[in-house]
Amino acid sequence: MWSLIKPSRRNLRVWQVGLLVAVFVVWHVLTAPGLVKPFLFDNDQQAAFFFGEPLKILQRVWGWFFVSADIYVHLWITLLETVLAFGIGTAAGLGMGLWLALSPLAAAILDPYIKAANSMPRVILAPIFAVWFGLGVASKVALGVTLTFFIVFFNVYQGVKEVSPVVLANARMLGAGQRQLLRHVYLPSATSWVFSSLHTSVGLAFVGAVVGEYLGSSQGVGYLILQAEGSFDINTVMAGILVLTAFALLLDALVGQAERRLMKWQPKAGETEKL
Amino acid sequence: MTAAALRLQGVSCTFISKDDPGQRYTAVQDVSLTVGAGEFVSVVGPTGCGKSTLLNVGAGLLQPSTGTVEVFGQPLGGLNRRAGYMFQAESLMPWRTAAQNVMAGLEFRGAAPAEAKAQAEQWLQRVGLRGFGDRYPHQLSGGMRKRVSLAQTLVLDPDIILMDEPFSALDIQTRQLMENEVLQLWQSKRKAVLFITHDLDEAIAMSDRVVVMSAGPASRPIGEFTIDLPRPRDVAEVRVTPRFIELHNAIWGVLREEVLKGYRQQLAA
Repeated sequence: MWSLIKPSRRNLRVWQVGLLVAVFVVWHVLTAPGLVKPFLFDNDQQAAFFFGEPLKILQRVWGWFFVSADIYVHLWITLLETVLAFGIGTAAGLGMGLWLALSPLAAAILDPYIKAANSMPRVILAPIFAVWFGLGVASKVALGVTLTFFIVFFNVYQGVKEVSPVVLANARMLGAGQRQLLRHVYLPSATSWVFSSLHTSVGLAFVGAVVGEYLGSSQGVGYLILQAEGSFDINTVMAGILVLTAFALLLDALVGQAERRLMKWQPKAGETEKL
Repeated sequence: MTAAALRLQGVSCTFISKDDPGQRYTAVQDVSLTVGAGEFVSVVGPTGCGKSTLLNVGAGLLQPSTGTVEVFGQPLGGLNRRAGYMFQAESLMPWRTAAQNVMAGLEFRGAAPAEAKAQAEQWLQRVGLRGFGDRYPHQLSGGMRKRVSLAQTLVLDPDIILMDEPFSALDIQTRQLMENEVLQLWQSKRKAVLFITHDLDEAIAMSDRVVVMSAGPASRPIGEFTIDLPRPRDVAEVRVTPRFIELHNAIWGVLREEVLKGYRQQLAA
């Protein structure tokens, strides 16, 4: 019996789902009014007020998607902002990273500015972007771009710097010109670094979108959460967080999918690398 | 007389430390070396005597501090376009399959993809890797990767082939197989080869001429031996012939002193 339920590679998913269910069950038992005697709060309503009730939260999510069906427009806006910020930030980071890694003089000149821009807390730019780009999608995209850009940039920069000098010399001897080196050596060599950064940056693009909405908007999941907080509706806030988390996971999975497709030349764990 | 394939004249290379410009290291000093068209020349010497530096100069990857490089009578400026270079370290692009690696050079030079692919397949077959074209480098063994490197270099049909201890990382059996393969390919094409090695046996077995370098720093050629062993040779069989042993003794007599000197210097450093 134990051999069947013992955690292993085969029943990984079962355990993962089981853990999720367990968290929800504990949450439910501790917050549902009247289920257990209150030991932290004065009365049995307070736990539900502060932490929300999983059943109501799931009901809210269900309602959003299938009953009132009013979340789609908000979700669409948030995802659009995320994907745009992610795409623009990644492309800009890639371009800038390649450029600076290949022209050391430009890199030396811009170095202090890049360090300064990166260490600046960029969330405080959100109000400025709202003034510049309005309360629509553009200001959230701008915030997301400032968050994702640097992650991708630094990784590409490092990736290009670490191109094997032998592989590079070999490609040159084989007759590769500057553009071919860029296309066939620098770029592929940097991709493994880029992908490790994409997992982080897709999450940050989400943060940019939601924080932007939170600070001023009329649409989006961040806006929904803000509205709910205004009326101390913890269940709706939690439902919003739940939906956002699910979609962040989904985006991350998509990045992982692309990574597996593009990085199939890399030796994988479990497959011995012959030397 | 036709111009030599590769002629280094009075080449010196001095490296200056980036952090401390006062620190200078002269790898090779006043080296003159000629490789005739179709000639197989080996350079042997103790470790750290600047053999690879010489090869990089010949390839145009490194500008000599003084001296000139001529390729078929023309002074070399920039990369040596008529040379193929087989590196000591792993030089395959890990993101390309074996076939894609072999066709890379043709692709860079603007050959039609179909044509390049056909030639790559042909060369993979020639180095004994038929059917391995769609493997990535990490899926191949060290010896197979060296064969891919060899095909990658030779598919471009270079007039000069530069080899930097290409087989030093291989076990002795694979190594002899590869040496024989290279000799066979060389025999049929008769290109100029500049072969760097620290293995005297390998140098004698394969070359027309062996050049011995002194221990670094500021190393230079101190001896030159013509290898008059008959061709075609089998690298394993030729090692036991009396003439081979004779040549080996003669060259080792020169090289021994330098190896010991290089060893003492490394201990002192």
